[in-house]
Amino acid sequence: MEILLNSGYTLVIIAAVVGLFMAWGIGANDVANAMGTSVGSKALTIKQAIIIAMVFEFAGAYLAGGEVTSTIRKGIIDASFFIDSPELLVFGMISALFAAATWLLIASALGWPVSTTHSIVGAIVGFAAIGVSPDAVEWSKVGGIVGSWIITPLISGVIAFIIFNSAQKLIFDTDKPLQQAKRWVPLYMFLAGFVLALVTIKKGLKHLDLHIGTTDGYIYALITAVLVAIIGKIFINRLKFDESAAIKTHYANVEKVFAVLMIVTACCMAFAHGSNDVANAIGPLAAVVSIVDNGGQIAAKSTIAWWILPLGGFGIVAGLAMFGHKVMATIGQGITHLTPSRGFAAELAAACTVVIASGAGLPISTTQTLVGAVLGVGMARGIAAINLGVVRNIVVSWVITLPIGAGLSISFFWMMQTVFI
Amino acid sequence: MARSTILGVFAKSPIKPLEKHIRLVVKCGNLLIPFFSACYEKNWSEATKVRRRISKLEQDADSLKRQLRLELPGGLFMPVDRADLLELLTQQDKIANRAKDIAGRVLGRKLEIPACLQKQFSEYLSRCIEATEKAAEAINELDDLLATGFRGREVVLVEKMIDQLDEIENDTDSMQISLRKDLLALERDLNPVDVMFLYQIIDWVGDLADLAERVGARLEILLARK
Repeated sequence: MEILLNSGYTLVIIAAVVGLFMAWGIGANDVANAMGTSVGSKALTIKQAIIIAMVFEFAGAYLAGGEVTSTIRKGIIDASFFIDSPELLVFGMISALFAAATWLLIASALGWPVSTTHSIVGAIVGFAAIGVSPDAVEWSKVGGIVGSWIITPLISGVIAFIIFNSAQKLIFDTDKPLQQAKRWVPLYMFLAGFVLALVTIKKGLKHLDLHIGTTDGYIYALITAVLVAIIGKIFINRLKFDESAAIKTHYANVEKVFAVLMIVTACCMAFAHGSNDVANAIGPLAAVVSIVDNGGQIAAKSTIAWWILPLGGFGIVAGLAMFGHKVMATIGQGITHLTPSRGFAAELAAACTVVIASGAGLPISTTQTLVGAVLGVGMARGIAAINLGVVRNIVVSWVITLPIGAGLSISFFWMMQTVFI
Repeated sequence: MARSTILGVFAKSPIKPLEKHIRLVVKCGNLLIPFFSACYEKNWSEATKVRRRISKLEQDADSLKRQLRLELPGGLFMPVDRADLLELLTQQDKIANRAKDIAGRVLGRKLEIPACLQKQFSEYLSRCIEATEKAAEAINELDDLLATGFRGREVVLVEKMIDQLDEIENDTDSMQISLRKDLLALERDLNPVDVMFLYQIIDWVGDLADLAERVGARLEILLARK
């Protein structure tokens, strides 16, 4: 207890630095997954992708990141267990952050596709269950989180399947696909805008002390969605179509319309990623700050300190600005056999799933959800070839991440205990 | 670093290489027209040159085939069956092989097509080549088929092409029958061994159309699955 009073601010600063480092790592590495499909299908240049990612990652983190942060902060661990020894929770959270950030760094250096969400959840559960006591973990909540990791890729796969099939029916399998594309693509933009705006308004703005009623919320979301669709329509009307391209492949011009749509879904994806993944960096930080601020009291109901969400957003954007270019360049160079009409279905489905999960406070993996969506499009016979070997590697890396995150976090936890006590 | 991104999930599409392969194969078959023109004129040096070009194209098609097979490992999830795709490739490749066989056999024996059969033979040859071109046209729809998720009006369009291909093949069958009949009438004035080989060449040229039809059939099976 005295430790918290004597060196409370040192601990907060340590936590903030590690949290920033973690956010930075997420920005540098994980964003490539969120934006990769847009860059890979040549709908966006690297520069455009980075600008979009910066704006929307920050907006997502700041506007809609609160709910997941709360879960990471106090949903996984049974706080009552730490009432007598709050310093253990502080050490544990810092260790968890340290462990997740270290693992992210190692995995990035080795080129393994790990999930930041899995590493932080594994790390928190690890220090609490082994370092303290298995009873310190809210196992039912953890069960729910792990269950969501299995269910969300499934849901996003099903949504992607439906979206892709609807695009086939409405646009591709018609006499005049180009006209149909011009007519229906704004509808998908509307859908994307609506889901995003609704989740932000209903779930995200709470912590900003903006309270909007249910009906008002729907009306604002509708207005936002219509605006998005109208702006999209204007851009589509300004497209120039190459008549000679239409002779070679019938769908070259249609893909141009979808490329505009992909800009919208890329924004959604960045927003969704920001809203969900920022919590991995700042959730533990928020826990540390709230305990130290309350002088060792573990407050059941406390708001997140105002500076924490922007700090996470800033960290992600900084990582993106410094390393995003390099990571995106490797994507841009590689030939991807992905056209905007397939990419949009996967991105839109994944973004919607992630944003809804974020609104529900579930820390899920963006990449995992996106992989689920890609498989959904594949099931609809939309993608020429999906490398199941790579899919398997990704899944394996997720499973491995849990024990490794836990192990690292336990070692850091014991180390901190010997240093500070 | 590249593997850590989601884009590793997207494997190389086999469709573009498959389309490129049949274009090579058709080019190979098309060269038989200048080849036989040179033969009619007994310009054997020119024929040798054309045969070399055919052989070169056939090798190109072969290496593309091998490359495609290597790039199509078992762990791919594709909208079409992998075995069907590989079978289609094999059939396509056989067309090029047969074109090379024809040129090789004719040149090797300096086999002359009797003057009075030349016009008829040329027509037969071009019709058979037309069949291969039709097959290529259908195969070239594969990327549009992918765009439409292998269903709907693109499928109808391709099926129509396959029907046309079958018609052309039927045509070549009846042309072959009348060609054989006319050759039979000439038989006693010709060198018996040459006659034997003439029959073989007529057969092989007909094979071009047969194989093209088989490509169409494989494509149909590919579409019918799932």
